[in-house]
Amino acid sequence: MKNDIEALYRDMLRIRRVEEAIADRYAAQEMRCPVHLSIGQEAVAVGVCAALEKKDGVFSSHRAHAHYLAKGGSLKAMLAEIYGKEEGCCKGVGGSMHMIDLEAGFLGAVPIVGATVPLAVGAAWAARLRGEDKVIAVFFGDGTFEEGAVFESINFAVLHRLPVLFVCENNLYACYTRLSTRQADRSIHGVAASCGCNTMSLDGNDVLAVYDAARSAVSDLRNGSTPYFIECATYRIREHCGPNIDDELGYRPKDEVEEWKAACPVARLQSRLDIQPRDRLADMEHAITQEIEEAFACALAGKTPNQTDLEGYLYG
Amino acid sequence: MVEIRQITQAEAIREALEQAMLEDERVMLIGEGVPDPKGIFGTTSGLQEKFGNSRVFDMPLAENGMTGICIGAAISGMRPVIVHQRIDFALLCMDQLVNNAAKWRYMFAGQVNVPLVVRVIVGRGWGQGPQHAQSLQAMFAHVPGLKVVMPSSGYDAKGMLIAAIRDNNPVIYIEHRWLHGISDDVPCEPYSVPLDKAVIRRSGRHATVVAFSFMVVEALLAAKALADLGIDVEVIDARSVRPLDMETIVESVKRTGALIVADTSWKTGGIAGEIVAGVSETAFGFLRHPPLRVALPDLPAPTSHHLTRDYYPDALCLARAIATHLGSDVTDADLVSRLFRTTPHDVPQREFRGPF
Repeated sequence: MKNDIEALYRDMLRIRRVEEAIADRYAAQEMRCPVHLSIGQEAVAVGVCAALEKKDGVFSSHRAHAHYLAKGGSLKAMLAEIYGKEEGCCKGVGGSMHMIDLEAGFLGAVPIVGATVPLAVGAAWAARLRGEDKVIAVFFGDGTFEEGAVFESINFAVLHRLPVLFVCENNLYACYTRLSTRQADRSIHGVAASCGCNTMSLDGNDVLAVYDAARSAVSDLRNGSTPYFIECATYRIREHCGPNIDDELGYRPKDEVEEWKAACPVARLQSRLDIQPRDRLADMEHAITQEIEEAFACALAGKTPNQTDLEGYLYG
Repeated sequence: MVEIRQITQAEAIREALEQAMLEDERVMLIGEGVPDPKGIFGTTSGLQEKFGNSRVFDMPLAENGMTGICIGAAISGMRPVIVHQRIDFALLCMDQLVNNAAKWRYMFAGQVNVPLVVRVIVGRGWGQGPQHAQSLQAMFAHVPGLKVVMPSSGYDAKGMLIAAIRDNNPVIYIEHRWLHGISDDVPCEPYSVPLDKAVIRRSGRHATVVAFSFMVVEALLAAKALADLGIDVEVIDARSVRPLDMETIVESVKRTGALIVADTSWKTGGIAGEIVAGVSETAFGFLRHPPLRVALPDLPAPTSHHLTRDYYPDALCLARAIATHLGSDVTDADLVSRLFRTTPHDVPQREFRGPF
């Protein structure tokens, strides 16, 4: 387990810089698929994944880059996938909304809202039946908590005491629709608690709080506890889908946006970092930039996938 | 020496499950009512007693979530079989079946298989009505990534279920309740029957009748009556809906020059139309008659037995349609006298009790 602050900071910064690099290059129209960037939400992914081991599994949904990278998914394979190249993690079949890295325990992300929540429960069920010591975490947004399959899955996970960590990233909006327009006036974690989950509600932009919560949940789950449900308050800084900032549309109150920008998880942790000399921080930035530049270069130079391979992917 | 005896299709299905679970400890069985006293029409009776409650499960009434949970188990090393007592209930899991099961392997470029079997049961009659008697094979068969089968004989029911469980892909295994009680010669040993091959149940030279599921029974009864009257039809049991074995069908049509498709479902957008299209594309020049679909009217099934009398085409309907279509001069009285039902129309007929 990675418990030092510097490592948490580095992982968040790396995700931030990857997402910014995607946004900067998106206008070139060479990444020809929708992208849902995680900027502003890095702390949830990094805090939870730092509490997991490699053998543990993670599922996610359309906004998956942070989860994939935090779990150890290959950056090169991710960028190649977004560029639609043979070297991509889905060889170009998936794009940004379909991420997988089995080696890293990133078991899959797909863009049907709620689709992977039952799969996570099923993976945990299989682990139990096969006698494997594994915890499965699944990341989803507040909108997902309106899908029926999610409640069906939580019920089954609690009924069978499966080692599942449900992680709800509550960023208050489903596309442009505010939470209060979609859900009754009660807390998400409160509903999860009434379904029988152990629940925690926390500041999802505080990576240390997320990490501490996830670590204690994972430890309990390994000892056979009922499933955990962590609700993390966080905020998406850019548009729902795409590289831009869309505050000019006015669907989110200005002061709300400003408050959350001030609560940036990366900047907040940086202020708590005690890195001496300060040059080391610049070295960290430099190493991250180099890695990203190299991964983009690889993606751009990647091979064109072969259409004739498609049929072979369908049935095994 | 292969030991064979006559058992019902329900018993054949139960035996397939038992033998598949014995041969592979990853196989698990789940469904609403699986361990209950009725055991899904007897097809799961005694299995929880034999394999325990960590391999045989009842489940919450949560079809979509449970399908996703089974997919999650399937991509994590298990081989789940999930059962729905009515195919209508499986509509609740179309999201997980179409978006996840059918595509999980494909969208991740072949890295992960989904060895999942979904047993669904269709039926007709006895007032099952609009939401308990649909025959939705075309909906499932429309989706690349799924395999869809509809065995009719007890032999195939066992062999295709074992093949489906051994298969690394999601298989929709469609049973017909009226076939559950029919007996067939079934070997005691485990064996498999291909999931992509039709079979010629009866050879003939005047027309090819391609039938699905219970319509195979109706087609065989019709063929027998027509043969007495000099019309010699070939009956093909399609067995598989996706993929369709067009090779066997086209080869037969090339010999007979006529195609009649007998489906258990609605005509519009049905699989019968797909067969007609496939034959027209590849063997149009061999057709001496226009192709014909014998299917349900484009109406949901009514409930009252007064209303279902003409809703389901039976052997007599099929024989009439074939004779008329081929321009035969057999009289209706000839057909009626040979295909007169001694049982009411809304329960399985006594005239065909097997074996196939």
